[in-house]
Amino acid sequence: MTVNGNAVTGEVEGRTLLVEFLREDLHLTGTHVGCDTSQCGACVVHVDGLAVKACTMFAAEAEGADVATIEGQANADGSLNVIQQAFQDHHGLQCGFCTPGMVMTAAALLQENPKPSETEIRHHLEGNICRCTGYHNIVKAILAASGQDVETIAAE
Amino acid sequence: MYAFEIVRPQTVAEATAALTGEAQPLGGGQTLIPTLKQRLANPETLVSLTGIAEMKGVCTGDDGRLCIGGATTHAVVAAQAGAFPALAHLANGIGDPAVRNRGTIGGSLANNDPAACYPAAVLATGATMVTNTREIAADDYFDGMFGTALDEREIITEVRFPVAQKASYEKFRQPASRFAMVGVFVAQYADGVRVAVTGASEDGVFRWTDAEDALSADFSATALDGLAVSADGMIGDLHGSPEYRAHLVKVMTTRAVNAAD
Ligand SMILES: Cc1cc2nc3c(=O)[nH]c(=O)nc-3n(C[C@H](O)[C@H](O)[C@H](O)COP(=O)(O)OP(=O)(O)OC[C@H]3O[C@@H](n4cnc5c(N)ncnc54)[C@H](O)[C@@H]3O)c2cc1C
Ligand code: FES
Ligand code: FES
Repeated sequence: MTVNGNAVTGEVEGRTLLVEFLREDLHLTGTHVGCDTSQCGACVVHVDGLAVKACTMFAAEAEGADVATIEGQANADGSLNVIQQAFQDHHGLQCGFCTPGMVMTAAALLQENPKPSETEIRHHLEGNICRCTGYHNIVKAILAASGQDVETIAAE
Repeated sequence: MYAFEIVRPQTVAEATAALTGEAQPLGGGQTLIPTLKQRLANPETLVSLTGIAEMKGVCTGDDGRLCIGGATTHAVVAAQAGAFPALAHLANGIGDPAVRNRGTIGGSLANNDPAACYPAAVLATGATMVTNTREIAADDYFDGMFGTALDEREIITEVRFPVAQKASYEKFRQPASRFAMVGVFVAQYADGVRVAVTGASEDGVFRWTDAEDALSADFSATALDGLAVSADGMIGDLHGSPEYRAHLVKVMTTRAVNAAD
């Protein structure tokens, strides 16, 4: 498979999860495991452009696939990409544990829907749990990253 | 997880050949992987169906039915089942985007979770399950919670849905699991209306025949006035009592009739 554009190979057992391969074999520990029960979305990565839970897919099934993780999201010069920067600007994170999954989920949303409404953003984030922010600033950050006015969403 | 091998066949014939002994099909893994993590299953081999091109995709058959490959993900159905909007809407409401990008229609129907969404669509439309060995009609397919007419190692290769004149699926979500607390699929055809309910009954998905009769005579929410569902045999858990679910069945059926198009 390729991960963030680099070809990688490895021997895995049938039961090795994609997230285990990324974290333990490739040492790409930006992809987090929040629940391991397919509920929280902290482990979201892209496989052939689609957001999936890396804790709920076997590494063997990603053979030959193009995988993208949070480590590959920054701009070529190392600066934060537009979504990451918007999370920082709008305080879309506190402890940061959910953030890799949030950013990867947001990136997938903006790919298919470059100007989502607040409702569409909230629907799309249904599988991503955050214990800190209350979601409001995450939604703001994604609106901002899509180039839309964030004042339209009510301050609380 | 116990150890197992994964094989990735390219055709239904190869998958059928690989499904012997302690082998089990693997769809999107959105149910099976959590089950394996809990050591509630112990297959020797998992036969992954997601690389089989002939089991993926949505098309309209010569008879006008909407045909969906058994390994088609919920996201693809949501995007491509425009010929049957109620079905696309149902698929778009399953779980969350990441679940929809992996989970498949065949896996959902094989699993027959009592709170899953597709069983309601299949039963309300009288769809046909096509397997690697035969065809099974919706009315013969479901067999109580998690039970189906499938033999061990039989795989659903396609599901064929007669497209309704008017239909809607309305789901009252259980917010923690994202499954249906109660979900109702209403479908109107030239020869009558079918109403299927998921999430509510201890026997799994069922047809609410009183509502079907009333709506076949008069397809309007007022036709349901005076009908009620008994709480006997309804699921009771920390999310809702049997009485609450029985009440929701009527509420969601009314919403589905009002939303049908
Ligand atoms: C967080 C979360 C939320 C969810 N919310 C919902 C929801 O709101 N509504 C809903 O309906 N579902 C929901 N699901 C379940 C989801 O739809 C699953 O995708 C589905 O139930 C199983 O499909 P799968 O392809 O992942 O099958 P798998 O998990 O791979 O397999 C499930 C079972 O079916 C068998 N199998 C798989 N494919 C086939 C086939 N083609 N033929 C025969 N047998 C097969 C397997 O051997 C296994 O026994 C949710 C799941 C998660 C993790
Ligand atoms: S760790 Fe994968 S969904 Fe929580
Ligand atoms: S910022 Fe802490 S979990 Fe989201």
